[in-house]
Amino acid sequence: MTAATPLASSTTEALRPHAEQTYAAEIEALAKADDRQRPPGWQLSPWAVAQYLLGGQAADGTEITPKYIGARRVVEVAVSTLATDRALLLIGVPGTAKTWLSEHLAAAISGDSTLLVQGTAGTAEEAIRYSWNYARLLAEGPSEEALVPSPIMTAMGRGSVARVEELTRMPSDVQDALITVLSEKTLPVAELGTEAQAQRGFNLIATANDRDRGVNDLSSALRRRFNTVVLPVPDSAEDEVDIVSRRVEQLGRSLDLPRVPESITEIRRVVTVFRELRSGVTEDGQTKVKSPSGTLSTAEAISVVTNGIALAAHFGDGRLSPGDVASGIRGAVVQDRVSDGVVWDEYLETVVRERAEWRDLYRACREVGA
Amino acid sequence: MAVTTARAGSGAAGSDVHVLGIRHHGPGSARAVLTALEELEPDAVLIEGPPEADTLTGLVGAVEPPVALLAYHPDDPATSAFWPLATFSPEWQALRYAHDHDTAVRFCDLPAGVTLAERRADHTPGTEDENGQPEAPEDPADRAARRARLDPLAVLAEAAGYDDAERWWDDVVEQRDDGEPSPFPAITEAMAAVRTELAPEPDEREARREAHMRQTIRAALKEGYERLAVICGAWHAPALSDPKTNAHAKTATADRALLRGLSKVKTNVTWVPWTHGRLSTASGYRAGVTAPGWYHHLFTAPDRPIHRWLTDTARVLRDEDQPVSSAHVIEAVRLAETLATVRGRPLAGLSEVAEATSAVLCEGEESRAQLAHRRMVVGERLGAVPEDTPMVPLQRDLAATQRALRFKPEALSKRITLDLRTERQRDRSVLLHRLRLIGVNWGVPARDQVRSRGTFRESWQVQWAPELDVAVIEASRWGTTVAGAATARARDLAASAELPTLTDLTERCLLAELTDALPEVLDAVARRAAADRDVTHLMGALPPLARSSRYGDVRGTDAEALRTVADELLRRVCSGLAPAVANLDDDAATTMTGLVDAVHTAAHLLGADAERRWLDTLDTLAAREVVPGLVAGRAHRILHDSGRVDSATVRRRLGLAVSRAGDPAHAAAWLEGFLSGSGMILAHDHELLAVVDTWLTGLSDGAFTAVLPLLRRTFGAFASPERRSIGEVVARPRPAEDTGQPHTGPGIDTRRAAPAMTTVAAIIGG
Repeated sequence: MTAATPLASSTTEALRPHAEQTYAAEIEALAKADDRQRPPGWQLSPWAVAQYLLGGQAADGTEITPKYIGARRVVEVAVSTLATDRALLLIGVPGTAKTWLSEHLAAAISGDSTLLVQGTAGTAEEAIRYSWNYARLLAEGPSEEALVPSPIMTAMGRGSVARVEELTRMPSDVQDALITVLSEKTLPVAELGTEAQAQRGFNLIATANDRDRGVNDLSSALRRRFNTVVLPVPDSAEDEVDIVSRRVEQLGRSLDLPRVPESITEIRRVVTVFRELRSGVTEDGQTKVKSPSGTLSTAEAISVVTNGIALAAHFGDGRLSPGDVASGIRGAVVQDRVSDGVVWDEYLETVVRERAEWRDLYRACREVGA
Repeated sequence: MAVTTARAGSGAAGSDVHVLGIRHHGPGSARAVLTALEELEPDAVLIEGPPEADTLTGLVGAVEPPVALLAYHPDDPATSAFWPLATFSPEWQALRYAHDHDTAVRFCDLPAGVTLAERRADHTPGTEDENGQPEAPEDPADRAARRARLDPLAVLAEAAGYDDAERWWDDVVEQRDDGEPSPFPAITEAMAAVRTELAPEPDEREARREAHMRQTIRAALKEGYERLAVICGAWHAPALSDPKTNAHAKTATADRALLRGLSKVKTNVTWVPWTHGRLSTASGYRAGVTAPGWYHHLFTAPDRPIHRWLTDTARVLRDEDQPVSSAHVIEAVRLAETLATVRGRPLAGLSEVAEATSAVLCEGEESRAQLAHRRMVVGERLGAVPEDTPMVPLQRDLAATQRALRFKPEALSKRITLDLRTERQRDRSVLLHRLRLIGVNWGVPARDQVRSRGTFRESWQVQWAPELDVAVIEASRWGTTVAGAATARARDLAASAELPTLTDLTERCLLAELTDALPEVLDAVARRAAADRDVTHLMGALPPLARSSRYGDVRGTDAEALRTVADELLRRVCSGLAPAVANLDDDAATTMTGLVDAVHTAAHLLGADAERRWLDTLDTLAAREVVPGLVAGRAHRILHDSGRVDSATVRRRLGLAVSRAGDPAHAAAWLEGFLSGSGMILAHDHELLAVVDTWLTGLSDGAFTAVLPLLRRTFGAFASPERRSIGEVVARPRPAEDTGQPHTGPGIDTRRAAPAMTTVAAIIGG
C-alpha cells in the first residue's frame, strides 16, 4: 500500500501541499521549544497547538502565522476537546473554515492531515471501516494481507487524528458506523475474528454544515459522542477582509500567479457586497436588501478575488479592477437565474448605485449583467 | 497560628486593630474574612457601612440575604441610599460572624444622614452604589482612578492579566497552602502602592469617610475593646492603618478637623429585601457584580464547584425538556478543566464552564446554552426580612394584606390572570390597583392574549423589584394602610386634575374599590364639567366614565351615581357639540372625528335614552354646511349604521357633498369620514358606489390630482379583501339603470371605459 506508485509525487510539485508540509518549519519550531506536557500520541502540547492556530512567535523567534482568524475561544475549545479524547464536531455555514481548521488541527496534533474520509451521498460503510483486496481475498481467503484499512482504521492503528469531512452528507447508516469507533475505540473485523484497537492519540474531527440542502441529520446517539463547536461567520468586516486578503495571497503564491498589486479596496468591496447580501441589511444598517439563495461564504469571496486576480494577470492590465471581480460576484450571487437575478439587480440599483465611490463597480456589474 | 495583619497603633498599648481589606461582593474575600475572623477572635467587628444601622444588627440572624440596608429621609423617602449585601458579601459574613459569636459590631462609614444631606443639597437624584456615592457625570480621565477605588482588586487582577477578579483572587489568595500568612497585610501594601500611583490625595468626601472610619476605630478602643477587626473596601485599608507607618492614614486631630461642621439630616434605616438581578451589572447597577449566581455558588458550594455547577446546569436544561445525561456532565467537566489547562489557569472559571455548557451539554446550540447560562449566572433570588424589622405602618399593612391574600412578592417577572368572580382573586386585583394608584407598580396591567370580552378577567405582569420598598415608604405619607393611602391619593388627584384625567381617575377608583373616594371624585367631575367650556374635554372625559358604569355589574359597586354623572356629561356634550364642530381646520377635524366615534361608543354603553339623544344631535348636525367634511361624513356613517338615516338620504347627502359646486377637497374629506373603518358599504350598496364613481370620473384633471392623496389614504386603510371586493364590483359590468344613463349599446364599451377603470383600480388597488 505504501510502496512507491506512479501516484506518489514530490511535495514541491503538488498543486496544494498539505498543511504539515507548508508549515513544517513552524511546527518544528514550536515542538522544539514546547516543554509542556503532551497528551499521549500528540507531537505538540495543547497549548502549542493553540498557538500554532492562533499565531504568534515561537521561542526561537520563528513567526507563527495565524491559521484561524476569529474567536480565540473556538480554537481553545477545539483543542481542549481533542485533548480529553472526545471527538470534535465542527459545525457552521459553508465557508467558515471548518475544513481548514480541521486540517490544521490534525497537522499540528499528529503531523498528518491526510487520514481523511470525504462524506458524500455515495460514501459507503467500507470507507469508514475497511474493504478488501478482492484478488487476494479470492486467492487466499480472508487474511490480514487482503484487508484494505480505511483512513480511520489507519489512524486508529497509528494513534493519529482522522478527519471526516461533510459528515452530514453521508447516509445515516454510514454515519452510525462511527458510533463503535467513538465509544469503544475499537473496530471489529468480524471476518477475521479480530479487531483493530485504537492506539493512544487517536481521535476524530468531523465537519458538518447546517445550511446546505440534502443533509442527513446526525442521530442523537452519534451526536452525543461529539463535543460540538459552532464556527461563527466572521464578526466584523475588518476580520473578513483580513481573512480574504491572507488567503488570496497564499493561493496566489501556490498557484504561481503573476503578482498583482494588492487591491485592498477591491477586496473590501467584495467582502462588503457579500456581507450585506448575507445579512440582508447594509453595513450602515439603513437599507434592507433581499438575501439570495446562495450562502455567500467567506470562502466564496476568496475564490472571487483569486479568480479576479487571475483575470487581471492574464487578460487585464495587471491591476485588480472592478471589471475583474464583477462577473465573479455575479456568479456567486446568482445561483438561481430568476429569483437571485432579481435580488442582484435590486441590490445593484438600490445600494451599489447610490454609493458615489462605487460608480466603477456599478458600471462593471451592469456590463456583466447585460 | 497567629494572623499578622496591618495594625493601627492609634489606640492604647496592647490593643490590636486588624484591617481586612476586602472586595465588595467577592466570595473569595468573604471566605478569607471568615477564616481571618475565626483565627483572630476579635471582641469587636467594625464594618464599612452607615452607623445608623448599628441598631439593626440584632436582626441579622433572621434576615435572609440578598438584602440591603436602606437609609431614607423620613419626610422625603425619595432621598434614599442602599447598601446591598448578598450571602457572599464579606460584610455580610462579618455580620453573621459577629451575630453568631456575640461579638460587638459597629458600622464605621460616614453616617447615612450626611450622605443624604449632601444629596439633598446637590439635588441630584440617582442610584446608589454600595459606598453611598451619588452618581454623577464623570470625565474619562477620572474613570481609571474611580474604577480603582470602586474595585481596586479588579485593577490589580487586570494588571496580572486576568479578566475576572474573582479568578485572580482564587489563584493568588485562595490557593495558598495552610500555614501561609493571611492575605490581608499584602493587600494593604498593594493598595498603598496603587493609591500612591493613582490618587495620592483622596478627594474631600473620601477623606471624610476615612476620617470617620478612623474615629470609629478610636472610639471603639476607648470603649475598652481590645481586638478589633475592621472590614472595609480594600481601597481604604491603607488609610486605616497606623499613621506612623502609613502615609495614607491621618492623626486624630486632623480627623476631628475634617469632620467638623458636617451637615446631617434625620435618617431612618431598615433592612429591605434585595434581588440577585439587582446585584448584577446586567441591570445597570453600577458597582454590582457580573455573575451573582456564580458567586453565590462559589461561596456556598462545599467543594468541587465546577462539578456541582455543571450538574445544576444539566438540571436546568432537563427542566426545559432537553435530554442531558450524566455522561454529558462528565465530559463537560473534563472539557472545562482541560480548557483551564490550555489557558494556563489553575482552576476552571465561569468562562470555561460557559463554553463546556455550550459545546457539550447543549451540543453547540448557542441560544439554548445562553438561556441556561443566564438563568444560572444571575439566578433570581429575593431576600427576606423578619417581621420585626423597622417598617413604616404602610409596609406592615401591605405585608399583612399580602399574607392574607397569599400573594407573595417574587423577584421573577410573572404573568398572572385574575378571575374577578372569586373573592380572593378580586381582592388581589384591588390590591394591585390600589398600589398602582399610590405609585407602587408591583403589577402592571398586561394585554391579555386570550382577550375575553367579559369584564371578569384581568391580566397582570407582576414583579417585585427592590425599589418598590422605597416606593412604599414614599407612599406612606398618604396614609397608614393601603386602602387609606390610595383613597387619600385619589382625593388629592381629584382636587387638581383636569377633566379627562379625572374621569380616568374615576375608573381607577372603581377598579381599586375606593368607595370613600368615589363620591368626591364624581363630584369633582360634575363641577369641572359644568365649568369647562371646551366640549372636546367633555367628549374625552365621557368614554372612561361610560366604561366605568359597566364595572358596577361585576364588582358589585353602586353604579347609579356614576351613570347619572355620565348622563349629565353626555347632555352637556350634546348641547355644546354644534358650535364646537363648526369651521375646524384639518387637524382639529381629525381629532373631533375620533372623539365623535368615542362618544358614540360611550353613548351606546349608557343605554337607549342616551343613545337616542346623541343620535338626534348628530342628525341635526350632519346636514349643516359649516361642519367639516370629515366630521359630516363620519356623522352620516354613524347615523346610517344605526339605522337613523336610510340609504337614499345618504346617497342624496353624498351627492350634495360631492356636487360640482363644492370644493373637491371637502368632498374627499366627507368620503374619508364616511368610509373610515370599513369600505364594505361600497361593495354592498351599488348605487352609493355609482355616486362616488360619477363624481370621481367627472373631476377635472387638476382637481383629481388634488384629491388623489386623500382618496388613497381612505382606500388604502381598507383591508385587502375589502379592496378586492370593491374592485370586483367596479370591474363588473353594471346594469345600465344603475348608472342612471340610457342604455345605448349592446354593452359597456370596454375600450372607452378602460382609462376610467384603470384609474379606479389604481386608487382602490392600493
